[in-house]
Amino acid sequence: MAAHRCCFPVWLFILCSFSLFIIAGSQETTVAPEQHASVLDNPQTAAETAEQTAGESGGVEERRWEGTEVRDAAAQKQAEPAVLQPTPQPKDDFQEELVVRPLHSGDIYASFQFRTLWETDFMRGNKVSHYRLFPKSLGQVISKFSVRELHISFTQGYWRTMQWGQPYLPSPPGAELWVWFQDSVTDVDATWKELTNVLSGIFCASLNFIDSTNTVQPSASFKPLGIGNVTDHRFLRYATLPREIVCTENLTPWKKLLPCGSKAGLAVLLKSEKLFHSSFHSQAVHIRPVCQDWQCKTTSWELRQTLNVVFDLHNSGQGKREWSLFKMFSRTLTEACPLASSSKIYIDITDNPEGEQFELSPATSLLSQAMVLGDRRTFSVYDLTQQDTFGSVRSLNLLIRWKSTEGDMLRPLLHAERYVAGYGLQTGEIHTLMYNHHPYRSFPVLLLDSVPWYLRLYIHTLTVTSKGKDNKPSYIHYQPSKDRVRPHLLEMLVQLPPNSVTEVTVQFERALLKWTEYTPDPNHGFYVGSSVISSLVPSTVAMDTNSTRERPLFSSFFPCKEESSYFVRVYTEPLLVNLPTPDFSMPYNVICLTCTVVAVGYGSLYNLLTRSFQIEEPSPGLAKRIANVIRKMRGFPGTMG
Amino acid sequence: MELLKIAFCRNLFKFLCFCRGLHSGVVVSTFALQLENPWFTSRLSRDLSAWSLHVLPVHAWVFSRVLRLPPTVQKYAEMAAPLTLLLVLAVTIRAALFRSSLAELIAERVEVVSPITAWKRVVEGLALLDLGVSPYSGDVFHETPLIIYLFHFVVDYAEITFMLADVITAVALYMAVKDYNKQVFRKQKFALEADRYPLDCLELIRSPKEMYYIPLKVAMFYLLNPFTILSCVAKSTCGLNNAVVALFIFSTIKGNTLLSAIFLCLATYQSIYPLTLCAPAMLYLMQRQYIPVNFRRASFWWFIAQYLFMYLGSLFVLICLSFFLLGSWDYMPSVYGFILSVPDLTPNIGLFWYFFAEMFEHFRLFFLCVFQINVFFYTIPLSVKLKEHPVFLIFMQLAVISIFKSYPTVGDIALYMAFLPVWSHLYRFLRNTFLVSCVLLACSTLFPVLWHLWIYAGSANSNFYYAITLLFNVAQILLVSDYFYAFLRREHHLTYGLYLKRKDGSEATLVLK
Repeated sequence: MAAHRCCFPVWLFILCSFSLFIIAGSQETTVAPEQHASVLDNPQTAAETAEQTAGESGGVEERRWEGTEVRDAAAQKQAEPAVLQPTPQPKDDFQEELVVRPLHSGDIYASFQFRTLWETDFMRGNKVSHYRLFPKSLGQVISKFSVRELHISFTQGYWRTMQWGQPYLPSPPGAELWVWFQDSVTDVDATWKELTNVLSGIFCASLNFIDSTNTVQPSASFKPLGIGNVTDHRFLRYATLPREIVCTENLTPWKKLLPCGSKAGLAVLLKSEKLFHSSFHSQAVHIRPVCQDWQCKTTSWELRQTLNVVFDLHNSGQGKREWSLFKMFSRTLTEACPLASSSKIYIDITDNPEGEQFELSPATSLLSQAMVLGDRRTFSVYDLTQQDTFGSVRSLNLLIRWKSTEGDMLRPLLHAERYVAGYGLQTGEIHTLMYNHHPYRSFPVLLLDSVPWYLRLYIHTLTVTSKGKDNKPSYIHYQPSKDRVRPHLLEMLVQLPPNSVTEVTVQFERALLKWTEYTPDPNHGFYVGSSVISSLVPSTVAMDTNSTRERPLFSSFFPCKEESSYFVRVYTEPLLVNLPTPDFSMPYNVICLTCTVVAVGYGSLYNLLTRSFQIEEPSPGLAKRIANVIRKMRGFPGTMG
Repeated sequence: MELLKIAFCRNLFKFLCFCRGLHSGVVVSTFALQLENPWFTSRLSRDLSAWSLHVLPVHAWVFSRVLRLPPTVQKYAEMAAPLTLLLVLAVTIRAALFRSSLAELIAERVEVVSPITAWKRVVEGLALLDLGVSPYSGDVFHETPLIIYLFHFVVDYAEITFMLADVITAVALYMAVKDYNKQVFRKQKFALEADRYPLDCLELIRSPKEMYYIPLKVAMFYLLNPFTILSCVAKSTCGLNNAVVALFIFSTIKGNTLLSAIFLCLATYQSIYPLTLCAPAMLYLMQRQYIPVNFRRASFWWFIAQYLFMYLGSLFVLICLSFFLLGSWDYMPSVYGFILSVPDLTPNIGLFWYFFAEMFEHFRLFFLCVFQINVFFYTIPLSVKLKEHPVFLIFMQLAVISIFKSYPTVGDIALYMAFLPVWSHLYRFLRNTFLVSCVLLACSTLFPVLWHLWIYAGSANSNFYYAITLLFNVAQILLVSDYFYAFLRREHHLTYGLYLKRKDGSEATLVLK
């Protein structure tokens, strides 16, 4: 018996090792050797390390500058969507990073980014079956539904632009999904329907509630962010579910898509009980094709998983402005994800160049500078792939201790808000306010509004005013709604004058729905998704004409292109609108009463149509006799029965 | 004294001519008079002379004697004076209301405008057209293409257009009823001469004197009815539909088959329901042309074929015209599909909205069919019962349509209510005028009150408003069936005598059996 017990694990071990051997062999034939991939890495980090060694050998410079890379700002830019990657490249590559930005309100903004690049072609005839870093579930989605680009975000809370500035990756409250399909897709609507159902399963979200009544095809606001210049908006679908509540059950499947899961690397910080105890939480998945090299000979797929969270540490810390990784996430970092080619933490120290605002510990000497949202920011960089980052305790717990609370934030140049005006349940008016805080530049914005059909918009009541004057949009794309089929879509291009508020108003009428069309809590109201404002905003760097600090004079007369303006997407608040409701408790009564009235009509006409007048023989009762007396007094001839 | 009288009359006449020059309503009336064929004009003047002794009140007599006007002018003058004053009054009221702040409030009232007739939606349709979007691609605009084409040109003169529509309706009804009364009188005279009425029925015989003011009353009932005024001030396109129906009634009563078919087709094109007026129109025209209603007669079928050909032909032309105006068939589901399938459940005074808001989904189609058939269903039995009285049949049909149509407004009610003075001789047989008028008045005042409580104050719910619509419809049904009863009863008395006796000689009770 005992021998048997011993035998079984042995056999199992042999079987496992055999199968592993086979798998390894097959991978070797299909993809490039992994060991090489991780060792070679990309030349950028190689250059970095070279620089580091150079700096160390110099020994004089206290701060070293990391090779400036074009960061997420480029990803935001629609003008140049492709991220150029230097050659040579491994077949797939994974990078992770965390950006921490102390906000002026005392809150902490932490933004995780996980990027997986894979040089493959999902659209080829033969199926892609060997997945390494790229999650198989999403790969299958891409190939089955011929997706060209997929952007999905789940957000709890509303991003307060005026207090927090612009987020790195904006997202509206609730769920947002927008997908560009390949132009080989024939029935886009059916594919979209299937895709939303599949994604609903993958992310444990109610994306299956996306149907034709909340899907629109924006004509200008959502351009592809990856390569490929097809902009036929027939292949674009955009939908939001402003009511979607994001919680742990959405986070878990999202974490499972990461190569290391939540076992190692930055993802160990993602503990749901801390993440959802925050002012703002947003998680997103972006899939797009990007160029592999600067000539764009080969393309690869980029999967970018992002998670943004704003912690209100100031209030929860009893007024003490101090935070650490442990305080935020109740975890410290001990290692990078072994599969990651790069794993870094960036702390935004732009406002703290000399350490007078806050103190950062452990200190790092590695600095990086990047153009983010039109502003030149400086970051302290912690490279988790370096063992000395973790120090002697073999764990990294970043800590910031504020010294002073002053300091003002640069106001975001573009800001928007929205509300419903009017009273009663019959009509109303949607007001959208767009603020341009730029002192002397006007810029155009694209406003996209998708309003459900049960708020019937009257487009002839649309007014756009700025500075008290009528501001006629130069482009309006309006698609009226169809009852129970599709929503209103209003897109327009408005020029915002400098330093002004532009108000867009449109009146609507509230519809009475069928009783089965109401939500279970009808008097809570109905949500209307956020307006989307997309714009190329003039950069603050370009605004600062004296910013010749570290730049030679000859380079600074004309603003160079990537610094002159940057792409920004701003989401307004979702609206909560009440509709008139029928009485849900009495369908039977209503059916009976209305049918009675119809029957009264039918009966009285039927009586008169089919019967004829005849003389009644028996004598009438007392009541009738009295009635007849009254009739006689009125001059009514004859008497009634 | 005599001189003074002459001067006064001259001045009055001058004023009337001035009014005529000013006022298009009278122009319409003269135009309408010119339309009639010579046979009819001669008949009309003969009839006039036959009963002028009874009919013409003294002042008219003096008027004509003193001035010695040519007979045609004299006729217009005596007819036009009160009508013109009425029209001026009606237009003044409307113009004043258009200028007041009430106009905006009225235009939002759900009792006055329905999703089909709301002016706001017409403007929206025009705005969509300006944006280069088909107005039928959305679910806001449900007017026919001809309406949008009409308002494309007159949108700046909308107020005048709607006042004009009311004036046309009133004048058309006035002329139609005037003509109808003459025929009723003539028929009655023939029947009297043939001794067809029992002796004790003299009380029921209608005298020209009481009939003289009926056309004016009809015009007054239409123009001064608060329902019509509200409808006009809200710029509900229901007023235009009413004008078309009134013109149809006018041309039918005048005996013009072609115009009758064309106007009926226009009315059908605007909102499907006037289709049921086909039957009374054909019955009336056959009566005029002395074609017996007999299925075995070829002339009967020939006439039906003729009328239907004209009707369907003009309908075909209209539909094709609409197609070419916008270049698509989108308007068919958007206008007629919308009327028949009732997707918009905005509250109104009808029976549909709450019923279908509360309907179980799998019974929806069934009840939709039942409710829609209800409107068309009464046509055949009513036509059989009232085949001798097509004008009363028109009244009944209009009432049934306005009660059972899918998006009724008060403007529809105003149209059939304008006919009530025509049946003023039925008053003695009406059973519950007091009850019905009280309920109608109470409901009309309660509509805005309960709407406010539900929508604005939030202290009532939808059932309150629904209850009032139910009561309002019951009152309308009672009103219509009461008139129907009274009409049948009078006919019965005209055949069997007014004071019926039992076999034993005592006073008899008349019952429906």
